[in-house]
Amino acid sequence: MDWFLQQLINGLALGSIYALIALGYTMVYGVLRFINFAHSDVLMLGAYAAFFIAPAIEPIISLPSLTGALLVTLLSALICAGIGMLIEFLAYRPLRSRPKLTVLITAIGVSLFIEFTCQHKAVFGADTKPFPPLLPATDFHLAGLVVSSNDLVVVFVTALLLAGMWFIVHKTKSGMAMRAVSFNQQAAALMGVNINRIIAFTFGLGSALAAVAGILYALKAPGIEPLMGVQPGIRAFIAAVLGGIGNLPGAALGGLLLGLLETFAGGISGLSSYRDGIAFAILILILLFKPAGLLGKASVEKV
Amino acid sequence: MKLEGAKRWLIAGIALAVLVSLFSAQFNRYYLGIAIDCGISIILAVSLNLINGHTGQFSLGHAGFMAVGGYSAAKLTLVCSPMVPDSLKPLLFLAALVLGGCMAAVIGLGVGIPSLRLKGDYLAIVTLGFGEIIRVVVQNMESVGAASGLKGIPKYTTLGWTFALAAITIYVVAALVNSTYGRGFIAVNDDEVAASSMGINPVRYKVTAFVIGAFFAGVAGGLYAHHKQFLSPTGFDFLKSIDIVVMVILGGMGRTAGVIIAAILLTLLPEVLRQFADYRMILYSLLIIGLMMARPQGLFTFGKKKKGAAAV
Repeated sequence: MDWFLQQLINGLALGSIYALIALGYTMVYGVLRFINFAHSDVLMLGAYAAFFIAPAIEPIISLPSLTGALLVTLLSALICAGIGMLIEFLAYRPLRSRPKLTVLITAIGVSLFIEFTCQHKAVFGADTKPFPPLLPATDFHLAGLVVSSNDLVVVFVTALLLAGMWFIVHKTKSGMAMRAVSFNQQAAALMGVNINRIIAFTFGLGSALAAVAGILYALKAPGIEPLMGVQPGIRAFIAAVLGGIGNLPGAALGGLLLGLLETFAGGISGLSSYRDGIAFAILILILLFKPAGLLGKASVEKV
Repeated sequence: MKLEGAKRWLIAGIALAVLVSLFSAQFNRYYLGIAIDCGISIILAVSLNLINGHTGQFSLGHAGFMAVGGYSAAKLTLVCSPMVPDSLKPLLFLAALVLGGCMAAVIGLGVGIPSLRLKGDYLAIVTLGFGEIIRVVVQNMESVGAASGLKGIPKYTTLGWTFALAAITIYVVAALVNSTYGRGFIAVNDDEVAASSMGINPVRYKVTAFVIGAFFAGVAGGLYAHHKQFLSPTGFDFLKSIDIVVMVILGGMGRTAGVIIAAILLTLLPEVLRQFADYRMILYSLLIIGLMMARPQGLFTFGKKKKGAAAV
C-alpha cells in the first residue's frame, strides 16, 4: 500500500511536469494546427536561462529563496517567450500558407538546429551542468511516505498555470481571438483579428510555459544538458495527443495519466526497461482507437 | 515504353555494379566504404520515396525497418556462417538479406494496416513512435546484444551487392509506380477522396507502398549490418529516419532521379565536412530549414512534373 501511494505521489509530480509542457504544445497546435517540435528545446533554453540568471541575481536576492526563485523563473519565462516569438517569426510565419508537412519538417529542422547549436562547445557544450537550487528543498515524511517540497511546488505551479491559461483562453479578449483564429483563420482575419499578433502571442505564452516547465524539470533532474528537453518533450506531446490535442484540460489529464503510468511501469521489475516504449505504445493505441484523444471531439473532414 | 525507362536503370545499375566489383580490389578502402554507404542510402531513400513521395504518406520510421532488417539478417549470418562452406556464403548472404527484408515487410504490414488510417502529422508521429518502439525493443533484447550492440557480423557486403540491390530497388519502385496498378499510388497522393470515389481503395495502396518500402529498408539494413560489421540500437534512432527523409525532400518527393542524387550527396556531405565536424549538424539543420523556405519541392526538380505520371 505504501509502495502504491509513493508511486502515486511520484507519478503525480512527474505527470504535472508533462502536463505543463503539454499545455504549450496544445496551445500552439490548437491555433496553428501543427506540432511545434522546437517546444522541447525552448524548455531546455528555459532551464539554461535560469542556470545563467540565478548566479547573476544572487548578489541582490539570496538563493535559494521564494522571491529569488520567482524572479529567476519570471525572467527565464520572458526570455523564452521572446525566443518562441522569434522562432515563429523567422521560421514558421513565412511558411504559414504552405502545406502542413512543410511546416512540420521545418519544425524538426528548427529543433535540430537549437539542439546542435547548444551542444557546440562555444555555446553550452554537450556536458551536463549542475542546476542551482532555486528553492529551499525539504522532504516531508508522512507515515512512511516521502514527499519532497519540490514535488508539491510542481503540482501547485502546474495547477496555477493551468487555471491561468484557462482564464486567458476563455475569459480575455486575446483568448477569444485565439479561439477565433483556431476555428477559422480567414474568417477571424475578416472580423478584424490581427492574426500575426495572436499567433505570436500564443507562441510567447506557450514558450513561457515551456520555460517554467524546464526549470521545474531541472529542479528534479540531476543536471541540465542541451538534449534534456527531448525525452520530456516527446512525452508531453504524447500527453497532449492522449488528452485531445488543442484541449487544455485534456493536456493536463493526459500529462497526469502518462506520468502515473510511467511511474508505475517503472516500479515493476521487467517492465522498467521498456519505460521509453510505454509512452509510444499508449500514443499508438490512442491514435488508433480514439484519434481525437480522450477529451477531444471527433471532427469530420470536409471535402 | 513505360517499362523501358525503369529497365534502363536496372540494366545500367547491374552492369555498373558488376563492372565496379571486378575492379574493386584496386580501390582505396576508404572510398570503397563510402561508395557502399552511398548505395545503401540510395536503397533507403528510393524505398522511402515510394511511401513519402509517390504515395504521400509521411513516414518517420524508416530507420526502424532498417533496424529490423539489419538485426534479422545479421543474426542469421552470425548463427549460420560457421556451418556453411565458403562457396555457399554468397547464398547465405542473399538469404539473410531476403530474410531481413521480409521481417521488415512483416513489421511494416503490422504497422501499416492500423496506422495508415491516420493522415499527415498524426501518421508522422505514429511512425516515429513505432520506430522508437522497435529501437527500445532491440535495446532490451539480450539475444542481439541489447544496448551494447551486435558485434562480429561477417563482412559480406561488397560494392557489387550494394549497387546491384540499389539497381533492383530503383527498378522495382520505378516499374511499380509506372505500372497500371501503380497509378493508384499517385492517385492516392494527389487526392485520396477523389481516388476512393474512383474505386481505388486508398488503404490497400498505402499498405502496399508501406510494405514494399519497409522490405527494401530491411534489405538496406542487412547490407549495412554486413558492411559496418557492428549494429547498435542508437544507430537507428529518430535522427537516422530524419536523414532519410531529408534525402527524399532534397531530391524532390516522387522524383526518383532527384532522390538518388540527393542520397549520394547527403552521404558524401558528412565526409566532406569531416574537418568541420562540430558544425556539421548545425549546417545540416539549417539546410533543412532553408530548403523548406526556398525550395520545398526539392533541390533537383527542374521542369514540370509530367501530368499524371511519376517522373523517373
